[in-house]
Amino acid sequence: MITATTPPWTLITPELFLKALGETLQMLGVSLVLGSILGVLIGAVLALTRAGGVLENRPISLGLAVVVNLIRSLPFIILLVAILPFTRLLVGTSIGVWAAIVPLTVMIAPYIGRLVENSLLEVPRGVIEAARAMGASPLQIFWRFMLPEARGSLILAVTIASVGLLDATAMAGTVGAGGIGDLALSYGYQRYDGFAMVITVVTLIVLVQGIQLLGTIVARRFRRR
Amino acid sequence: MSARTGATPGDRTEGRIVFDQVTKTFPRQGKRDEPTSALRGVSLDVAPGTIFGVIGYSGAGKSTLIRMVNGIERPTAGHVVVDGVDVGALRGSALRTAQKRTGMIFQQFNLLETVRVRDNVAMPLRLDGVGARTARARAEEVLDFVGLGAKAGSFAGELSGGQKQRVGIARALVRNPRILLSDEATSALDPTTTAQIIDLLRSINTEYGTTILVVTHEMDVIKDLAHEVAVMADGEIVEQGTVLDTFLHPRSPVTRDFVTTVVPQGLPDRVVEHLGGDGLWRLLLVDDEVTQPLLSGLITEIGVSVNMLHADMTEIQDHTVGQMIIKVTGPEERVAAARAYLEQRVVHVEEVAR
Repeated sequence: MITATTPPWTLITPELFLKALGETLQMLGVSLVLGSILGVLIGAVLALTRAGGVLENRPISLGLAVVVNLIRSLPFIILLVAILPFTRLLVGTSIGVWAAIVPLTVMIAPYIGRLVENSLLEVPRGVIEAARAMGASPLQIFWRFMLPEARGSLILAVTIASVGLLDATAMAGTVGAGGIGDLALSYGYQRYDGFAMVITVVTLIVLVQGIQLLGTIVARRFRRR
Repeated sequence: MSARTGATPGDRTEGRIVFDQVTKTFPRQGKRDEPTSALRGVSLDVAPGTIFGVIGYSGAGKSTLIRMVNGIERPTAGHVVVDGVDVGALRGSALRTAQKRTGMIFQQFNLLETVRVRDNVAMPLRLDGVGARTARARAEEVLDFVGLGAKAGSFAGELSGGQKQRVGIARALVRNPRILLSDEATSALDPTTTAQIIDLLRSINTEYGTTILVVTHEMDVIKDLAHEVAVMADGEIVEQGTVLDTFLHPRSPVTRDFVTTVVPQGLPDRVVEHLGGDGLWRLLLVDDEVTQPLLSGLITEIGVSVNMLHADMTEIQDHTVGQMIIKVTGPEERVAAARAYLEQRVVHVEEVAR
């Protein structure tokens, strides 16, 4: 029933919206940076130690692959609550933005790791062979040959991971981290606020499009072919 | 093509490659007790300052062979000794130090696509810890030598195949190696570009006395570039000698096949079928032999009739090599006398069998 005294056509205020947007961007940014660092490390170890790699090592390669697959087999919402004790140990709390950043990082690092591994394996074998022929050490092969040659594809990998991360932040409300997704669930869904739903959906679409566009442009600049 | 003079090894002692009974086997998927043999007891001695060609079909083992010189492959048995160092026995940083004394060029060039030409060429020096500025200056020097100074600031993707290979050569030379390894370096290039790259490799050999080990499946490359050649088949060296000698007197069927790609046999099968046998001869003539009045000699001195069916000429290692196919007819003893006459005067006479 619409009367003059009822609140306007939505429950969410600009302050509420901006706070949620800030939380989402904070979760996205911090876990993307941490996850990318860990992910590049994981991907490098996977690519270098695999059979035929420059640091071939079966135990390490297999061990890491098992851990990566293990984490990746858990749906994020399960991972989020399953590692709560670990989260508390690490950041001292199990609620709020930081409590969400830990599981987001744990979730995205192996994912980025696999993408990075694939990007590194795309570097032509001949380039690696040339590197070995000129006496490059395994570390130099990674740092001076594989990483630069793969950088365009790495940027695209991180772009894909960012979109996946944004997806996962919607579940962060479970540990009270807020964010755009939480706004959609607690206002749009639970309080039948149609406008809240529309504005969160539009925001998410704009974010994903923005991330993808940025990733594509940067990757193109780095690719040089 | 420019005039070519053979390299004089002179007092050079660096750049010697010795293969001593080298065997290489690769484990086969699922059949561990029946490994594939890539090399079976190969022995070779490449003298310092020479251009040594290894020719063979794909799968003959020549790629495995060349990769042993810089330790990318290791012998299963035997030794590969480069300037007194058993490369196959080296590991880790000792191996990397040895690798830095050779340069290698590849069929697919294997350049970095994301850095500029001068940084590609400077890369080996950067790996050695040379500063960026010094390394680039040296890189530009070598790029000038290979005739690509103007492209120092380009990316590999902007260059033609021949230009990319010049960059590859510059990168291989930037450390001043005693040995240059060429793995099918011209196989992806057109004939004109191939000739230019061959000229460049020749001038590297004459100017710096660099030992060049070339593996290829193109006999033209051997003819125009190498001093000595080894022919490989099935992991073994089936024939070895100077390039001219191998062209004139090929012994194994594989070598004959390769020689035929440069000096074609010349007659259609139908003609051989019709005329072949006694009196149909293939002659090879070297240098001055080419200009003697052979045919008029046969006619006037021996008294046979001669029909010329084919003649061509090519240049191998600064020697003119002519080929003639003739049909000699006459009484049996005259034909025999004609054969003796020819055998005294030309390097090779053989009957073209039906």
